[in-house]
Amino acid sequence: MRLGTAGRDTAPPAVEALLRRHRLRAWELAPWLVAVAVYFIFPGYLALGAQILISILFALSIDLILGYAGIITLGQSAFFGAGAYAAGLLAAHGWGEPLSGLVVGGLVGAALGLVSGAIILRTQGLSLLMLTLVIAVMLQEAANKAGSITGGADGLQGMEVWPLFGVFHFGLYGRTAYLYSLAVLFLAWLLARRLVHSPFGRSLTGIRENEARMHAIGSPVFRRRLVIYTIAAAFAGVAGALLAETTQFVALEVLGFERSGSALVMLIIGGVGRLYGAFIGVPIYMIAQDRFAQADPVYWDFWIGLLLILVVVFARGGLIGSIEQLLHRFRRRR
Amino acid sequence: MSEALSAVVSIGFHGLAFAMVLYLISVGLSVTMGLMGFVNLAHGVFAVAGGYVMTRLIAAYGVPFPLAVAAAVVSVAAGGVLLERVLYRRLYGADELSQVLMSVGLIFMSVAAAKFLWGPLAQPMTPPVYLSGQISLGFRSFPTYRSFLILAGAVVVTLLWLGLERTRFGARIRAAVDNRRMAQSIGIDTDRLFTWTFALGCGLAALGGALGADILAIDPGYALENLIYFLIVVAVGGLGSIRGPFFAALLLGIADTGFKYLLPEFGAFFIYALTLVILLWRPQGLFGRA
Repeated sequence: MRLGTAGRDTAPPAVEALLRRHRLRAWELAPWLVAVAVYFIFPGYLALGAQILISILFALSIDLILGYAGIITLGQSAFFGAGAYAAGLLAAHGWGEPLSGLVVGGLVGAALGLVSGAIILRTQGLSLLMLTLVIAVMLQEAANKAGSITGGADGLQGMEVWPLFGVFHFGLYGRTAYLYSLAVLFLAWLLARRLVHSPFGRSLTGIRENEARMHAIGSPVFRRRLVIYTIAAAFAGVAGALLAETTQFVALEVLGFERSGSALVMLIIGGVGRLYGAFIGVPIYMIAQDRFAQADPVYWDFWIGLLLILVVVFARGGLIGSIEQLLHRFRRRR
Repeated sequence: MSEALSAVVSIGFHGLAFAMVLYLISVGLSVTMGLMGFVNLAHGVFAVAGGYVMTRLIAAYGVPFPLAVAAAVVSVAAGGVLLERVLYRRLYGADELSQVLMSVGLIFMSVAAAKFLWGPLAQPMTPPVYLSGQISLGFRSFPTYRSFLILAGAVVVTLLWLGLERTRFGARIRAAVDNRRMAQSIGIDTDRLFTWTFALGCGLAALGGALGADILAIDPGYALENLIYFLIVVAVGGLGSIRGPFFAALLLGIADTGFKYLLPEFGAFFIYALTLVILLWRPQGLFGRA
């Protein structure tokens, strides 16, 4: 919010501030300009680029429930994996149309989110944390053991994804994959942005900040949580389907804790509850990983762990939070 | 002996041994979570550290088994005190997310450190000569080391319970778990109590990790792979409880062994399902207070 009012001497009245909240600001277009520029400047890195875009979408889905509804989840990969397997199975059994695969992935994710959310969101604290994790490991174990359907630990073989709109093939260089992922991410971002600035989004923030008070003013807390949980699950499902379609393969690890954990880390590095944390944290993490981890993955884990501890102890709010604080301090000094 | 009965005895025996290891490792976690309200996902790090210290001392320096176990417990407890003072202390009373992230960071670092120091493979665990082989109980024979494991676990559990019920230190812990502010106001130094309890929990985890090295293999991914088991024991047993986790470990150890023996095609699926049902039925755990 601070960034938008730069250069003003007096704070705008409360009403105006509320109205300005959802107005699109110039810097919000920056990530998209960068993403389009990357397409032309680094044509050799589009496969990695598509991976990054998909991970941003996944991290965004975590941000929706963690950053806005305050639900700590360790099992978001359940929905990612469900979406990936849904799209993958569809393509492996003769229906390779990508857009409908995406829709199915999202729907499967949402359905799973709705059912599991309706069950586990009644609990809180450690139990809830545990249950999100339990759902994910349960699904992973099921996928692992149902080898005749999912391919088990070997992964799902034989996917055949048709060209996008019947024209654009998912080729070796990842051009189609990159633009396709970018378009999907853009739509998801528009939706998420609309969502968090809506009265519904504001009430979620209220629940995060003070649940008892939201109960007291008659807000249907459970239902609101369930709705955002389902929406976030749909986002994750779409991200999973995107990964399956662009790589034409589904590995068991799409359901693993590693995926949820590392996405959480990327989000934390960028900043939680700001909608842009994912856009900053994910590329930094994944590009650094691509550069350094191949040389020595051991060191990579070590430094990421250390960075995580430092962020938690010294830089709450991640990169965006730290920059905001710096700007704030700078402005006050002036 | 009939085959079915033999299977039941076998499941009970190995389940019990597994349960002892799970309990030793998890009881410290339960107390830490109950006492400090700290969501410490990195507790398995202390267990695997104990396992590494023991196996390395035996393999590289030929240290006798009992001495290696003792060294593991003492060194990990000391390391725990250090970490508590430097790191954990900063996040008491912080939000759950920060605690989760900090402990995930610790897990990442431990995985990398273990791989760097001792390589990616599991450490071989060879019990000393006097604990290997089989022991005969008349109607059938059992592996000696597992029998020792059960016995040792039972002794530690008894000592722990007696200590908590009968000593002043135990009374202080119970008081602080029940009502920390009240405990503080009647003059209990809860700060120091936390440190000592944390050290005790770490030492017990190291003991569990070291003794249980042939059940839960000592490898770099240990803290992450077994995290779900430790968490199940604590969440099902109830936070801050000493007895709850014991029954939860018993349930988990025997059920896990049983399911994997009888229905191997489903793996750990039913264990997770069982956990789900229990936590939905009693979110505060089977023995936790509402």
